[in-house]
Amino acid sequence: MEIPRHWRLKKQRYGLVGEVCPHCDYKIFPPRDVCPNCGDEAKDLFTFSGKGQVYSFTTIYEAPTGYDSSAPYTVALVKLDEGPIITAQLTDVEGSSVEIGMPVEMVTRKMRDDGDERGILVYSYKFRPSLLVPQAHHPAG
Amino acid sequence: MREVAILGIGQTVVDEQWNKSLKEIGGEAAFAALEDAGLQRAEALFVGNMLSPLVSGQNQLGTFFADWIGMWSRESVKIEAACGSGAAAFRAGLMAVASGEVETALVVGVEKMTDKAGHDVTAALATAADADYEVEQGVSFVSLNALVMRRYMYEFGWKHADFAPFSINAHANAVHNPFARLHDLITLEQFEKSSMVATPINLLDASPVGDGAAAAVIVPAEKVRGFAGRPKVTVAGSAAATDTMAVHSRKDPMFLSAAYHSSRRAYEMAGIGPQDIDVFELHDAFSIMTALSLEACGFAERGQGPRLGLDNEIRVAGRIPVCTRGGLKARGHPVGATGMYQIVEVVQQLRGECGKTQVDGARIGMAQNIGGSGATILTHILRATSD
Ligand SMILES: [Zn+2]
Repeated sequence: MEIPRHWRLKKQRYGLVGEVCPHCDYKIFPPRDVCPNCGDEAKDLFTFSGKGQVYSFTTIYEAPTGYDSSAPYTVALVKLDEGPIITAQLTDVEGSSVEIGMPVEMVTRKMRDDGDERGILVYSYKFRPSLLVPQAHHPAG
Repeated sequence: MREVAILGIGQTVVDEQWNKSLKEIGGEAAFAALEDAGLQRAEALFVGNMLSPLVSGQNQLGTFFADWIGMWSRESVKIEAACGSGAAAFRAGLMAVASGEVETALVVGVEKMTDKAGHDVTAALATAADADYEVEQGVSFVSLNALVMRRYMYEFGWKHADFAPFSINAHANAVHNPFARLHDLITLEQFEKSSMVATPINLLDASPVGDGAAAAVIVPAEKVRGFAGRPKVTVAGSAAATDTMAVHSRKDPMFLSAAYHSSRRAYEMAGIGPQDIDVFELHDAFSIMTALSLEACGFAERGQGPRLGLDNEIRVAGRIPVCTRGGLKARGHPVGATGMYQIVEVVQQLRGECGKTQVDGARIGMAQNIGGSGATILTHILRATSD
């Protein structure tokens, strides 16, 4: 049973709770014990806004066990507005409409398709195109 | 630390070996290497493997293979570093001999992958990535490389077709390697039309997995004499480095910093630079990794790796021949065994045993094995000497 593992990760998955380094103010996600920027101890919690941009993306046609029925689906590296990059699925997009630099925002969605056999449904963050498009990205006309 | 030499090598064909078990495949390479070294057994055994607990339900591979090849009572242990397991085991074996702790070490890289269905193997391979923050998002191992490749193409302005020479070269060389998984030539048109795995990576960007094993016997260099037609092959440099587990944690996801650090340390140990390397067996699990490896090891400027392919510099007769036995792309990628295939192939080049893909006068060869998406990288430099 993986229930304790999912319980331990719920703040990160539902709330995008990471850390801020008390020594250099670097924003950290996922949380870790040593700040990757200054090498000092990191432990202060920090909640990310959930807003960011697509840094890169891929549409997966050959999926691992547990994700087969969702394929093809799109996974992105999302650069959060506060700095760090995270790996997350994109949702509410057609694969072809995604572009590097596209503004996205976090939503909570079901992750795997084998919830019945594992006895748990796992929810986590995904990102969808921002509903409020910043002026700079709005196409002319 | 004393200098060490590679006395014997062995390998099996990379293929779907339905009729052979994990232990038979590993044993075949081990016996071949011992026979090539003129030994019956070694003092210690190091086994490189990634997937046996997940695919074969078998752990404790050290003793498992010591038992199978008749090395009862001898020391043996398995080393795991995902797809870098083979070279990691080799480095453990060479440290055991270099330190003076043992006089002979046998290293076997072995992988049995075809006892499980495709999507289960895809899931097993994904365990090389960060379970909580990469894999849980539905990431496959291919897709991590695809994320890097897409951004690289965007930043440096390359088209997908610009990566074709890497795969075309690997396939052309594998035709002459009887141990290779694939023996077909490919064209630019085929490369461009191949079916998608994870955009922009298609089947011909990606290396095929398979069952296979490769092995080597390591001894103190002072105990080996080279002779005509069979030079002594010594380990001139060996280094390992790590990067962040997850691609998303890297300051620059398009730079293989562990390749940079391990290659620089290996160059320094060997007292040479990239310009002295005659042949380079690199870790072309995906075409993008060839570009990034060439850049991190000092053969190309940042963002310019594909240029070496387009200019034919990576061919057997080029400035820096790579994948001369087919590379991961066409020899095949039996993940935990791959690092040992690379070592064996560099030894073959330095002995002059490579026939149509022999690099003329090869004296110094480099093998670089990558675990995860650049997270563990080991670099070995081998040198042929005539004394
Ligand atoms: Zn800090």
